[in-house]
Amino acid sequence: MSEHILSLMTFFPLLGMLIILMLPGGKGGLLKCTTLVITLITFVISLPLALDPVFKTSGAMHYTEFAPWISVGDYFQMNYSVGIDGISLWLVLLTTFIMPITVLSTWQAVDKNVKGFMALMLLLETAMLGAFISLDLFLFYIFWELMLIPMYFMIGIWGGANRIYAAVKFFIYTAVGSLLMLVAIIYLYYYAVNTGGVVNGFSVTDFYNLNLHPELQKWLFLAFAFSFAIKVPMFPVHTWLPDAHTEAPTAGSVILAAVMLKMGTYGYLRFAMPLFPDALQQFLPWLAALSVIGIVYGALVAMMQKDVKKLVAYSSVSHLGFVMLGLFALNNIGVSGAILQMVNHGISTGALFLIVGFIYERRHTRLISEFGGLSKQMPVFAVIFMIVTLSSIGLPALNGFVGEFMILLGAFESELRWFAVVATTGVVLSAVYMLWMYQRVMFGKLDNPKNQNLKDLSVREICIMLPLLVFIFWIGVYPNTFLEKMEPAVNQALSQISGEARAQTYIPVCTDAEQQGKCPHTYGVDAQGDADLHL
Amino acid sequence: MENMVQTAMQNVNFAAIMPSLVLTCFCLALLLLNAFVKRGSTSYAAFFSLVALGATACVSYLAWDNPQFGFAGQVALDNYAVFFNFIFILAAALSILMSDAYLKREGYPVGEYYTLILFSTVGAMLMASGTDMMTIFLGLEVMSIALYVLAGFFRRQLRSNEAGLKYFLLGAFSTGFLLYGIALIYGVTGTTNVADIGSYLAMNHHLVSDPILVGGMILLATGFLFKIAIVPFHMWTPDVYEGAPTPIAAFMSAGPKAAAFAAFMRVFLIGLGSMHSTWVGMLWVLAVLTMIVGNFIAIKQTNLKRMLAYSSIAHAGYALVGLVASNAVGVSAVLFYMLAYTLMNIGAFSILVLAGKVGEDNLTLQGFAGFGYKRPVLAVLFTICLFSLMGIPPSAGFTGKFFIFAGALNAGYVWLAVIGVLNSAVSLYYYLRVMVYMYFRSPEEEFDWVQLKPGATLCAVISVVGVLVLGIVPGAVMALARHALF
Repeated sequence: MSEHILSLMTFFPLLGMLIILMLPGGKGGLLKCTTLVITLITFVISLPLALDPVFKTSGAMHYTEFAPWISVGDYFQMNYSVGIDGISLWLVLLTTFIMPITVLSTWQAVDKNVKGFMALMLLLETAMLGAFISLDLFLFYIFWELMLIPMYFMIGIWGGANRIYAAVKFFIYTAVGSLLMLVAIIYLYYYAVNTGGVVNGFSVTDFYNLNLHPELQKWLFLAFAFSFAIKVPMFPVHTWLPDAHTEAPTAGSVILAAVMLKMGTYGYLRFAMPLFPDALQQFLPWLAALSVIGIVYGALVAMMQKDVKKLVAYSSVSHLGFVMLGLFALNNIGVSGAILQMVNHGISTGALFLIVGFIYERRHTRLISEFGGLSKQMPVFAVIFMIVTLSSIGLPALNGFVGEFMILLGAFESELRWFAVVATTGVVLSAVYMLWMYQRVMFGKLDNPKNQNLKDLSVREICIMLPLLVFIFWIGVYPNTFLEKMEPAVNQALSQISGEARAQTYIPVCTDAEQQGKCPHTYGVDAQGDADLHL
Repeated sequence: MENMVQTAMQNVNFAAIMPSLVLTCFCLALLLLNAFVKRGSTSYAAFFSLVALGATACVSYLAWDNPQFGFAGQVALDNYAVFFNFIFILAAALSILMSDAYLKREGYPVGEYYTLILFSTVGAMLMASGTDMMTIFLGLEVMSIALYVLAGFFRRQLRSNEAGLKYFLLGAFSTGFLLYGIALIYGVTGTTNVADIGSYLAMNHHLVSDPILVGGMILLATGFLFKIAIVPFHMWTPDVYEGAPTPIAAFMSAGPKAAAFAAFMRVFLIGLGSMHSTWVGMLWVLAVLTMIVGNFIAIKQTNLKRMLAYSSIAHAGYALVGLVASNAVGVSAVLFYMLAYTLMNIGAFSILVLAGKVGEDNLTLQGFAGFGYKRPVLAVLFTICLFSLMGIPPSAGFTGKFFIFAGALNAGYVWLAVIGVLNSAVSLYYYLRVMVYMYFRSPEEEFDWVQLKPGATLCAVISVVGVLVLGIVPGAVMALARHALF
């Protein structure tokens, strides 16, 4: 049982989707309860992973499963190869943890076509978990693309006024990047095959050991980095995010912010950076500059937003810039901080989107100017909102502080010192836009008559927020629970990136026409070579 | 003379043409049967045709791994031909499945329709197994003449007349090119046998740049590329697809296209393999042009049949990438892609057949507004086909494109693969737009005329299941395609 825990966890929601599809469509409550139970069971299945002490000592892949999947003679070999280490562990748990919460948040928000929504949510969960645990690049790509479909429909069907534009933009932006990555993946595979490297399918751990020529690395890295940069999103390819976030239904925004954006940062750490370390060094200053621009630009734009949801969306651009900066610091503290910040951002921004959802459900507007003085009317809400706001800003003793502090520390100790200096202004700016927004929404006079009768949070809504609050404090006060399990894996990844783990000889490439004869399975094209061509 | 006749007689091997023979017999029987049955009912003919195709499939299967050659090297029923036969049979069977209710709705319940589809399939099978230019030409003509009639089958509809006439005139013209090309190549090499041409050119390598031979090659390519609808020989496609009966458009986009590919690849890789460096550059350019033109013009379409016509042009461009790669991965990927494309495109067309009103004027983007809410099951089937056409996993369209581009990259054509995937990205827009109308717009109609006719529904379900199976476990079929290489 325990050796198949990852597959069980990943495909259980898919099974749940089939169950949902068989239930009658009219009964919204039943559908929501079933989905909640399915996501909770998935969470329970994933819990033993979090409790396993093995991650404290070993940075290797655990819970690995391997099965040949597509095998076409000497053409291709794709495997079902999955596993997790201390890096993906927390992202997997973040996913399984956030899903029941988002399902709960749909209780009142989603009332049309509930069946479709729940089925898509479960499909999305399978795709996201699959992407985090894949160790075969082909498998990863399948899950990566599969994620787009449910999110596209969630935005397009249940979204706001401008949903069609947002959904199509989201889909096309992400797909363009990933298609180029696909070319790079195939190229990498044939490079491995033709240079006689160890090839076991599209196994990423084998590809780590390829000795790619720096010039080649440059192009492949660009393809991967571009694809992941869109997903993160990094400046200047972030423009899909405010649209998608703002138009998506609350559950969609939460999943987008909490999990899907992490695909991009995770992709950098797992694939782009360790596969092409030389190219990474070459592009490092540029990428760090884009991250810092993202931090400051995202914060400045967030400050000027009139719509709360858009403000939170732009704050994501800023926060994800921090994560990227931490990754590019390339030292243990920076990368660990980045991973922790991924989780933090998932919790804090997820919570913020839920909060925006709460007030939107009450007032059907998200304009800051429509509110004011809500704290008198909704005291519980005010407290929770305050905690989440402070956590997002990075107040000590709350989760955001630990992540951002480690990132800045790591960046400062690395070659990116001056980038860290500029990035620090982002922390200040985040206090400005968050607190200013909080002040305009919660404090002041309760002068808008429409706000006079707002009800405070219901028990269900408090139940949604409580688990998030627990982790906001837990990570803020005792982050070691999380850090100690990611440390070996981070060291492993860093040694991969610094090149200690690979041999130092370059093997010639066999892709050009002059060498075709020597490559396996190529038709001879000249008079001597067409032995393959006779009938 | 007597000696020649004897040689020919020794070479008679009916097993090599058995699938065509069996299907022809069924065709003739059906033709006779039509004469005796009262007009107005055609279900029997559809059923009879499916039986005929089933029998042909069984006969074809006998030749798998048991290649049959005959008629002095004119015909080879090898694995390559058998694989393509299955594609033709599948395309014909799926088109026939969706035809019965469609013909009744449109008011043309005529049994000859099925006979013509079967004859066209016979021609396609001859093309795939032809190893002599003359056999290939014969197959092409048998296939095309039946299609000319089918395209103009709705004789009281101007649109259909236009489609038939246009296809006939341009098709006849392009066949002329093909024949001229054969003649020129015969002039240089002294044979029409594909393998003999190949070995002759291999031995006389200096002929490869002979202008007459090159001219013949270009004319020959023109003839084939016209049938495949490669830019700049694609002009007929949208008008013909739009005007032809929808199941015929579906069939034309899959079966005959695959047949032309089959013959094209055999002639160019074996017969003209020595000229690889001459034709590969030309095909590279044409593949890029085809993908770009097909995808960009498809964006502007509002009529779904026309949109699928342009999309089929673009898909022919993707398939051509596999031939440009000219390696084992690329060529077997073309085989796989033809099968995948047959399933996903016919699946999409079958939904159009089900959703259309009489006259099919509602098959526009606007006409599909809110379709997803009124007809959820059909909409989901359509959506899966569209995602597959986009190349989004897990679908046959994704694995097919993956194999094609893998072939191109393995042969070193990085830019071609990059252009190919960027074109896929362009195509996302117009496929997604259909879904935007189906799901993101409110329904304007009740779609109460849509009935789940068993034949067309079965066709859609089979296609979608096929698309998903080839998308999730493509290994077995790709292994067959690999094994089917000549």
